[in-house]
Amino acid sequence: MFKLLFLTIISVFAKVAYAKKSVFMPPEASVYAHDADKLYAFILNVSAVSFVLIVLCIAYFGFRYRRKTANEKTPHMSHNLKLEIIWTIIPSLIFFFMFGWGWKLWNQARHAPAKALEIFVEGQKWSWGFHYKSGRKSVNEVYVPVNKPVKFIISSKDVIHSLFLPAFRKKQDAVPGRYTSLWIQPTKKGEYYIFCAEFCGTEHSSMIAKLKVVSFKDYANWLANDPYKEMSLSKIGKKVFNTSCAACHNVNDTNKVGPGLGNLWNSKSIFENGESLVADATYIRDSILNPNAKVVKGFPKGVMPTFKGQLSEQQIRGLIEYIKSLKEK
Amino acid sequence: MTAHKHAHHFKDADHEFSASKMGVWLFLCTEIVMFGVLFVAYFLYHHQYPATFAEGATFLDWRMGALNTVVLLLSSFTMAISIHFCQKNDSKKAVLNLALTLVLAAVFMVVKYLEYSHKFHLGLYPGQFFSYQGAESANLALYFSFYFLMTGLHGLHILIGMGVITWVLIRARRGDFNSKYYTPVEGVGLFWHVIDLIWIFLFPLLYLVG
Amino acid sequence: MSNLTDKNYLNCEKGLWSWLTTLDHKRIGVMYLISIVIFATLGAVFSLLLRYELFSAGKDFLTALQYNKVMTYHGAIMTFMVLVPGIPAVLGNILLPLQIGAKDVAFPRLNLLSWYCLMAGALIAMISLFTTGVDTGWTFYAPYSIGSAQSGTVFVVLGAFVMGLASILTGLNFIATIHQLRAKGMTFMKMPLFVWGLYATSIIQIVATPVVGITLLLLVAERLLGVGIFDPKLGGDPILFQHFFWFYSHPVVYLMVLPGMGVISEVVSTFSKKVIFGYKAIVYASVAIAGVGFLVWGHHMFVSGQSDWAGVLFSFITMFVGIPTAVKIFNWMTTLYKGSIEFRTPLLFALGFLFVFAIGGLTGLFLATLSTDMHFHDTYFVVSHFHYTMVGGAVMATFAGLFYWWPKICGRMYHELSGQIGFAFVFIGFNVTFFPQFILGAMGMPRRYFDYLPEFEHLHAVSTVGSTIVNIGMVIVFVTLYRAWKNGEVAGDNPWGGTTLEWQTTSPPPHENFTKEMEVSGGPYDRP
Repeated sequence: MFKLLFLTIISVFAKVAYAKKSVFMPPEASVYAHDADKLYAFILNVSAVSFVLIVLCIAYFGFRYRRKTANEKTPHMSHNLKLEIIWTIIPSLIFFFMFGWGWKLWNQARHAPAKALEIFVEGQKWSWGFHYKSGRKSVNEVYVPVNKPVKFIISSKDVIHSLFLPAFRKKQDAVPGRYTSLWIQPTKKGEYYIFCAEFCGTEHSSMIAKLKVVSFKDYANWLANDPYKEMSLSKIGKKVFNTSCAACHNVNDTNKVGPGLGNLWNSKSIFENGESLVADATYIRDSILNPNAKVVKGFPKGVMPTFKGQLSEQQIRGLIEYIKSLKEK
Repeated sequence: MTAHKHAHHFKDADHEFSASKMGVWLFLCTEIVMFGVLFVAYFLYHHQYPATFAEGATFLDWRMGALNTVVLLLSSFTMAISIHFCQKNDSKKAVLNLALTLVLAAVFMVVKYLEYSHKFHLGLYPGQFFSYQGAESANLALYFSFYFLMTGLHGLHILIGMGVITWVLIRARRGDFNSKYYTPVEGVGLFWHVIDLIWIFLFPLLYLVG
Repeated sequence: MSNLTDKNYLNCEKGLWSWLTTLDHKRIGVMYLISIVIFATLGAVFSLLLRYELFSAGKDFLTALQYNKVMTYHGAIMTFMVLVPGIPAVLGNILLPLQIGAKDVAFPRLNLLSWYCLMAGALIAMISLFTTGVDTGWTFYAPYSIGSAQSGTVFVVLGAFVMGLASILTGLNFIATIHQLRAKGMTFMKMPLFVWGLYATSIIQIVATPVVGITLLLLVAERLLGVGIFDPKLGGDPILFQHFFWFYSHPVVYLMVLPGMGVISEVVSTFSKKVIFGYKAIVYASVAIAGVGFLVWGHHMFVSGQSDWAGVLFSFITMFVGIPTAVKIFNWMTTLYKGSIEFRTPLLFALGFLFVFAIGGLTGLFLATLSTDMHFHDTYFVVSHFHYTMVGGAVMATFAGLFYWWPKICGRMYHELSGQIGFAFVFIGFNVTFFPQFILGAMGMPRRYFDYLPEFEHLHAVSTVGSTIVNIGMVIVFVTLYRAWKNGEVAGDNPWGGTTLEWQTTSPPPHENFTKEMEVSGGPYDRP
């Protein structure tokens, strides 16, 4: 146990002290991320070395000058101007070097190239909406082409959110009532997380979107093939329903493999374990993503598959709207 | 006349006086900082929405404001005079001037009341209760938020001031103060001057500049 | 040598009423201590709830909303009810007059009033527990706190306002006391460094607290009247709220740490039996930290949407805070050099402070630097950084101070071994809790998350284990102090060989602190 702990501590320190770039950081997905990590590694090295020096000094003094007899005399050392000037100036120089380096990268990070592709981002409780100039909209997922500068123009519908792209080492608050911006130039294809980094209420921690960096061709394809172009949410829902749900659910009140959904919205569902719930958006969403947690009484468990990862936020919202509209008919 | 005895941890009455005065000044610093925040916010929004603020000021009657300015200046004067009479051991005149200060403060509050009720009559309520129709600026309510917050907080201080003036008035009548001990009157006086000073800034900013 | 049956401040009057109406600064300090220990226990319970919920990914036993409330209460209680009144109101109250040779603080009644303000504020804030609670985070950011947040917000905000009054009154009292009541011969440059720490703190209390006071009132007005100053829907600016809030809340971290640094100076000097190295440098550094501390609030807002140039300026000024902090650490180290060092519990906590605070300070560099902050802002890195400075700094220093002055406060000695065991638990537990959080932050784990990605799970588990250890340590510490108070050995007037004035009176001191007029000729740490 102690040996393990000791080895862990040593390995962490070794990692820190020999840091060349991104120790503990997520993979670098842009040139800026690489540059920022160099500065990070520099500060990490300086900190680790000075910390170890401080601790070694204290440990050595503590051991060397420990009290041996009760009445030891100590020298009267009140100050030493030369020493004090030295240890004021050296840290100052290091600190301002860090500041300058940070400033340089900051300028680079804050000024997007003029030709950058612009995407509007709107934060709301609790999802990220993306709006391309072509009119294509998406929720919680955004496609961008690799090696092209992309500028996100960020706003918020309700409270303050913060667009955080760990793989790009960038973050920008989304403030209601104004636009802010953040730009990236991805160098590697792949999927990256977008977190919300400013506390925004109950589901703050599930306000996670995916940034998909793809080839320019795939990007253009995705942009052009908007399956739901100019469709209302409930239309989208109807389309999804017909392909994914209609096999087991009716749009009227009669049951099929699963319960009929015609009258579901705002009605009471009673479950196997005797609990009950009024069907709202959250319930419908849960039933799509995690269908076997709450099975309606009289229906077998384990029949309905989960649609987690298969439906986008937009599609789920569409389904909710569609089911809502069934009741209103 | 009961002679005031300085507290056990001070050397003598002068020592206690200078400590108390310092305490009052420090407290007044916090008051000034607190109002300062409102002034900073005022300047920022004035800069951002000049038209709104100009429109808002037209609803304010500068004559009422000017009257109140004069009233407060006078009350500051009577307050200072009463301290002077305390130092001269003339508690009768000190009481008279404190009473005058109270009356002037009351006049200020009456004028304020008239102004407020006029605004309420028009529907110029603070914040979400704002119901005035026909404003040219979309966010005229913001101006009146500032108006009510700043004058309201100031008015609250006037009321507190009236309370403490009454307190020193009663003590002065009882003959607690003399040339050796008049710390509470001095402290209340300083407080009153600062409240007055804050009004001197509020008046032009809200009524005239707009 | 005193004898505990002699008349002293503890036994000169009896009964609860004599405590609740006391004007004696030492008794008020003890009352502060008791109330703050109760608040801290409450805050610690909330922190354990948080940590256990985060032990594994996914929902464990709290819902997201409950988690957010628990997180808010932990932060608000620890900030407004524990750390802000912590060192100034407890150790400051008891020791400031003793250290400058005064009989009391300048305004004893105001002193008692400030304790009642704290109590009233705490009570108002706690009413919210019986409503829907509050889920804004302790920072109350608009517009979340205006609109969507739970209705308990009003109570907590008002409570924080009333507690702010307590803080202002304490600061005012201390400044007047330091200016007016120093012993004969004690010039400003002969004051003990703890007093200097309190002086710098009091300036912050006087200048910064009114700002947050009015800001909190505006927030209440915003909720009740909808005045629109911070509400973007009505033309207001939510960023302005952050400016006002951090104008107070950044200096406030120095408010917590500066008196703590003062304690460290006292303890390091006494236990290495040596005059403090670079007295003047430490004094100037304290004042510089308090002063520059007012100009750096914007470093909380690099990515908030404030202008780029504001970011550059705030980053630049922030670096100036690092310099005096580094200087202080070097001074304490050099004080140890060629000393006669005795490893008693207070010194262990002081050295623990150096260790923890050095990490806290150095990680501040990552956050002060513009481009690295873009990544670390609002992640666990920040959480860990401020726990290292504030908890590590202020709490370690408080414990150092409590153990150091305990013989003076109650006249009895604590049990050494159990004090050291307490230190070991607190120190190890603290580092196990918070060091992994730096790594989590670097990996990109945002703060205030109820749930997280599976790859963060191991480090969260370690952190939870650490939080348990640190809380066990706290219990050991308080049990040790309590047992000493009840039946520790009689300590004597100056058990450590301290040089400052408080060691020249009896333990515990009499009601009026000293039996004779005190006079000072040499520096506070001069040894014959």
